[in-house]
Amino acid sequence: MAVKRAGFFTDTSVCIGCKACEVACKEWNGLQGNSPNLLLDSFDNTGQLDAENWRHVKFYERMPDQANLVEQPASTGGGQAFLMMSDVCKHCQHASCMEVCPTNAIVRTEFDTVYIQQDVCNGCRNCISACPYNVIGFNQATGTVHKCTLCYDRLQNDLTPACAKACPTESIKFGDVDTLHQLADARLAALQKQGYSKAQLYGRDDKVYGGLNAFFLLMDEPEVYNLPNRANAVLPSRNNLPGYLGGLATAVVAVIAGLIAFRRRGESEETKA
Amino acid sequence: MTLLAEHFVKPPEWTWYILTYFFLAGLSGGSYALGALLRLSRRPGYQAAARLAFLAAFPLILACPLLLTLDLGQPLRFWHMLFDSANLPALNFKYWSPMSLGVWALSIYAAFAFVSFVEALSSRVRRLLAGGLGAVVAVLGGALGLFVAAYTGVLLSVSNQPVWSDGWPLGGLFLASGLSGAAALLVLAAGYRPQLAEGVRALSEADRYFVAIEAVLVVMFLVTVALAGSLGKLFSGIIPLLWLFVVLGLAVPVVAHTRTRPILPLITSLLVLVGVLALRAAVIFGAQS
Ligand code: SF4
Ligand code: SF4
Repeated sequence: MAVKRAGFFTDTSVCIGCKACEVACKEWNGLQGNSPNLLLDSFDNTGQLDAENWRHVKFYERMPDQANLVEQPASTGGGQAFLMMSDVCKHCQHASCMEVCPTNAIVRTEFDTVYIQQDVCNGCRNCISACPYNVIGFNQATGTVHKCTLCYDRLQNDLTPACAKACPTESIKFGDVDTLHQLADARLAALQKQGYSKAQLYGRDDKVYGGLNAFFLLMDEPEVYNLPNRANAVLPSRNNLPGYLGGLATAVVAVIAGLIAFRRRGESEETKA
Repeated sequence: MTLLAEHFVKPPEWTWYILTYFFLAGLSGGSYALGALLRLSRRPGYQAAARLAFLAAFPLILACPLLLTLDLGQPLRFWHMLFDSANLPALNFKYWSPMSLGVWALSIYAAFAFVSFVEALSSRVRRLLAGGLGAVVAVLGGALGLFVAAYTGVLLSVSNQPVWSDGWPLGGLFLASGLSGAAALLVLAAGYRPQLAEGVRALSEADRYFVAIEAVLVVMFLVTVALAGSLGKLFSGIIPLLWLFVVLGLAVPVVAHTRTRPILPLITSLLVLVGVLALRAAVIFGAQS
């Protein structure tokens, strides 16, 4: 049965950093990938999400001996030493990218996912500066922008997205958002019972961008994973009012200043004459 | 743990086309607005300068759609900004997206700029627009000109890009600098032609006021960015050099005036224009560095 509201629940506590999701995504979506990039500071050679990478396993390696970084420097690192997270477009309910797109290329599909219509996008790149998760990338060859489609074509054929299908530990779970919420709540409760006090769900409720269809279980604060926390989960449109009011105030002051200047000059000409 | 840089956003790689566009849009919108003010003053000595402003505003804005189109990944789809290509003939108009609003404002403004351009060229049209109609055109076109000069800054702010989205005063700042640049450009274009002398003196005086407004807004912008913790980006690499030109463009018109014998107004104007360009370059390239 086709899902009504499609989403991912990415449980980072069981991610082993194998990158099967990255590969499966590229296979199915025909993404070439960028040329290999030896970043040398972790097992991460992908770097970031972009037009060629729609899943990206982030690595945050924090050694247990760096006691200040880890809550309880136990032999296991308290579950917070080697953090791996398969990042993806969050399919935000309040999507910053969709908000600014001037061509309406970015739409919400019948599966409640956020989708970029390739035949509409004109490559203005406004969405790139809007997405707070560094997701969207520009492709020179197509002249358009790309990101995770949540395997729109597979959804239409009642198939599980490629990454979720490939993930060997079921860190990436696919399903109806409501079902995934229940799964996530149960998993969080189990982890907390085991003493992982910092484990938390990100994007499960509507506090970040109205809720994320692709939400996460994190082992530490969102900031540790370079994710905006609740206070910083803000939409581009927040700056419309102050921006235009600032412009209006400036216009009023400048017009008055111009009138004064033109009058003063005019009067001094007259007194001279 | 407090993390100051709140968002992790890729740069959209808006570079030279966009910089040039922002520069020209500021100058055109500013010129038109100044032309409208001079025209509406009804002072005979200002009318030649008003015509000069209208003569400048239209050609300046003409280059803008071209630059914006060239910057697109799919230039032939420029019209997707105006029309909903998936639901023709529906229009695309999203007032909450400055890029969408701006494209519309730019299109309508260009029509006004064209009318005033023709008015400045032809005495027949001038007679036609001598009454209330001409005044209405000047007021509406002037308002649109101010909008076109300002919205480019709002467009940058309405994002999640560090620096841009931290600095809401950008809209006002670009407007003030656009007006200052336009006044300088008109002084430069007027040269020493006697029939323009009165207008030139008025514009030079106005420019000093605009520069003062701009200076206040530069400080406000830097403070908002500093509060968000992204100031470093605005002073990385060679960006400080750009700020040096910004400061020169702000200081010279004021200094030139206080001296007993004014320094060449043409050099002053040139420096102001370089400052206007440098300001936009610092903001555009700094945030994306
Ligand atoms: S994560 Fe970014 S690209 Fe994905 S829906 Fe949200 S704002 Fe858009
Ligand atoms: S690049 Fe394409 S999808 Fe992104 S805002 Fe522009 S038109 Fe919309």
